[in-house]
Amino acid sequence: MAVSPDKSRKSARKPADAMDRDELLKAYETMLLIRRFEEKAGQLYGMGLIAGFCHLYIGQEAVVVGMQHCIGEGDEIITSYRDHGHMLAAGMDPKGVMAELTGRIGGYSKGKGGSMHMFSKEKGFFGGHGIVGAQVSLGTGLGFSNWYRGNDRVSLTYFGEGASNQGQVYESYNLAALMKLPVVYIIENNRYAMGTSVERASASRDLSLNAVPWGMPSLSVDGMDVLAVKQAGAEAVAYCRAGKGPFLLEMKTYRYRGHSMSDPAKYRTREEVQRMRAEHDCLDQAKTKLMTLGVTEAELKALDDRLKLSVQEAADFAQVSPEPDAAELYTDVLVEG
Amino acid sequence: MPIDILMPALSPTMTEGKLAKWLKKAGDEIKSGDVIAEIETDKATMEVEAVDEGTLSEILVAEGTEGVPVNTVIARMGGEAMQAAPAPVAAPAPAPVAASPAPPPLPAAPMTHAPAAVEKDWGVTRTMTVREALREGMSREMRADADVFLMGEEVAQYQGAYKISQGMLDEFGPKRVIDTPITEHGFTGMAVGAAMNGLKPIVEFMTFNFAMQAIDQIINSAAKTLYMSGGQMGSPIVFRGPNGAAARVGAQHSQCYASWYAHCPGLKVVAPWSAADALGLMRAAIRDPNPVIVLENEILYGHSFEVPVDEDFILPIGKAKIERAGTDVTIAAFSIMVDVALKAADALAEKGISAEVINLRTVRPLDVETLVNSVKKTSRFVSVEEGWPFAGIGSELCTTVIEHAFDWLDAPPARVAGIDVPMPYAANLEKLALPQPQWVVDAVSKLF
Repeated sequence: MAVSPDKSRKSARKPADAMDRDELLKAYETMLLIRRFEEKAGQLYGMGLIAGFCHLYIGQEAVVVGMQHCIGEGDEIITSYRDHGHMLAAGMDPKGVMAELTGRIGGYSKGKGGSMHMFSKEKGFFGGHGIVGAQVSLGTGLGFSNWYRGNDRVSLTYFGEGASNQGQVYESYNLAALMKLPVVYIIENNRYAMGTSVERASASRDLSLNAVPWGMPSLSVDGMDVLAVKQAGAEAVAYCRAGKGPFLLEMKTYRYRGHSMSDPAKYRTREEVQRMRAEHDCLDQAKTKLMTLGVTEAELKALDDRLKLSVQEAADFAQVSPEPDAAELYTDVLVEG
Repeated sequence: MPIDILMPALSPTMTEGKLAKWLKKAGDEIKSGDVIAEIETDKATMEVEAVDEGTLSEILVAEGTEGVPVNTVIARMGGEAMQAAPAPVAAPAPAPVAASPAPPPLPAAPMTHAPAAVEKDWGVTRTMTVREALREGMSREMRADADVFLMGEEVAQYQGAYKISQGMLDEFGPKRVIDTPITEHGFTGMAVGAAMNGLKPIVEFMTFNFAMQAIDQIINSAAKTLYMSGGQMGSPIVFRGPNGAAARVGAQHSQCYASWYAHCPGLKVVAPWSAADALGLMRAAIRDPNPVIVLENEILYGHSFEVPVDEDFILPIGKAKIERAGTDVTIAAFSIMVDVALKAADALAEKGISAEVINLRTVRPLDVETLVNSVKKTSRFVSVEEGWPFAGIGSELCTTVIEHAFDWLDAPPARVAGIDVPMPYAANLEKLALPQPQWVVDAVSKLF
């Protein structure tokens, strides 16, 4: 019998127990890496080195990092075009990601994919998809492949609250619940689908309840708190690994930057953004907690300096790596032979 | 160490902008995330946020200045050494975007294959329907490879809407012959995801008309992922089902999708006519590491043909077959239109015209060589398809012939295609909408 979604939405453990000092420090490091990487990507965009669409993840770091701490080797990850954070959390090399953003041969897709289309088979990262909601059916297929092979691997399928209204998302819920596929659906509810607030787009006021018709358990989670994410994610992943079927997590989060680099963000007030930054920032929350666990300000500063250096190295690499050879235009259209 | 603040590009097309307003002045402390200026782009007025922290030491471009090029230093600030903005290390200026960059030289339609080999003689044959051949093709591959499975609406317990998968549930079980709900977009995406993870799905569309619900996943996900991933992962997947007009099912159930899919790089498209085509191409499609569209035809399902009994029988994708040799005109067709072409050839023979009939078998990649060699022999060309004429496969075939055999042509290439209207229901009108042998005879006759 399926777990009642209403019951499953209450969790017993306190988020504070979700990570010990070392794990939280590791999570902090990854969140900070993403923050610094995205700030640098924004700079490079401003300098004309990155072009086209570029969607920054700043503000939402706790979601992907908390979830990454719930999975292991062989699990799959798939997301939308706001994907830089997911790749870094999955352990992909910042140099290869940044070089893809600048369209260079050293990028993960040899410069042929760009910000929205990157993959790493080795790290279980299946993209990087530019069509809103398409990755949800694809992620269901990753879960299907685990079911078909009879292994205990789990597919983490990320999408925004905007995508959650797409028809194929509901088709995917239905398929996964029907076949008991190991898929954790993760709605990153950052409140704005481009410029349209969730209130103006979803008649459903509680997106975690979208799981109810399919008998799929779900949780609504403070996505700005990496401990809360880890705790909910662990429950969801364990449920899927046990072969019980899919699980839906609604992560309440916030993006500080515009939808893409060319978004003047007139649909929300600056005060709203500043309030979220000041009161809910995932890094600030983790830092406060780390200091109660005995980590010093100096240690965190040293960490920040190290990450900035690593991001600068990525930025340098992304500028010196050559553009792809003209012959690359014709490669990788079909698998030959 | 001072940090240069550069005029940012704030949209994909911005090359310059107006520095509308400074919100900070020299001497102000700046924190990451503070809005420091407003800039008008070609699209909107945008706020510029500080990325670095420090003191704004100098404003170099006054507010109100128009036409400030991207990357101009507009201000300087003092900051911590670690937070220095990147010095653009050997940053090549983005290449100016010419209105139409000169494409690298490439033959318009490259020959896709090595010189035609005589088709392998597979020996003894037996009679088989197209339906049985398709089933046999799938079953043989599923016996050989545990990663291959079939999914679609009514493929399992119902035994297939058109009985193609009859008996397969019994042989392979419910994990490999999977009934899906009526949810083409969702299950197609699911199958593509499974293929990206290394499985080899066969997706049956009850008809290709319904695949329009899923065409985003077929093109944007299945066909493009290999390229977008720089070759890291692709989609070894087969999309199959009846295509084109059946009989009296009206506009929404009677349409040929050959030119839709053949248009897209990253896809292969096959269209079997005979049972041998069906068996051989189905096996090749399943083994192919790329997404392959198999356009079947409902009317052909019950037709019988001779098929080699050899267990290893398979046909190559990308090779056409000369079904009937001739000397005076080349007629190229695929799927059920091969019947129409052959009947036309019979009628033409009575008039003393020897027609060579080419069964394309594969629409993409096109077997340019077989086509061109035939036209060089006959000097006349007519294409036959049941799809609409505009931007149809016939347009591509005629262009290919012109590009590669212009000097051999004695008459302009001609197209026979379905009438350019949605398919009517009325029996007489439907008959008028689909190519008949006489249309081909008439088209050929005009070339002499």
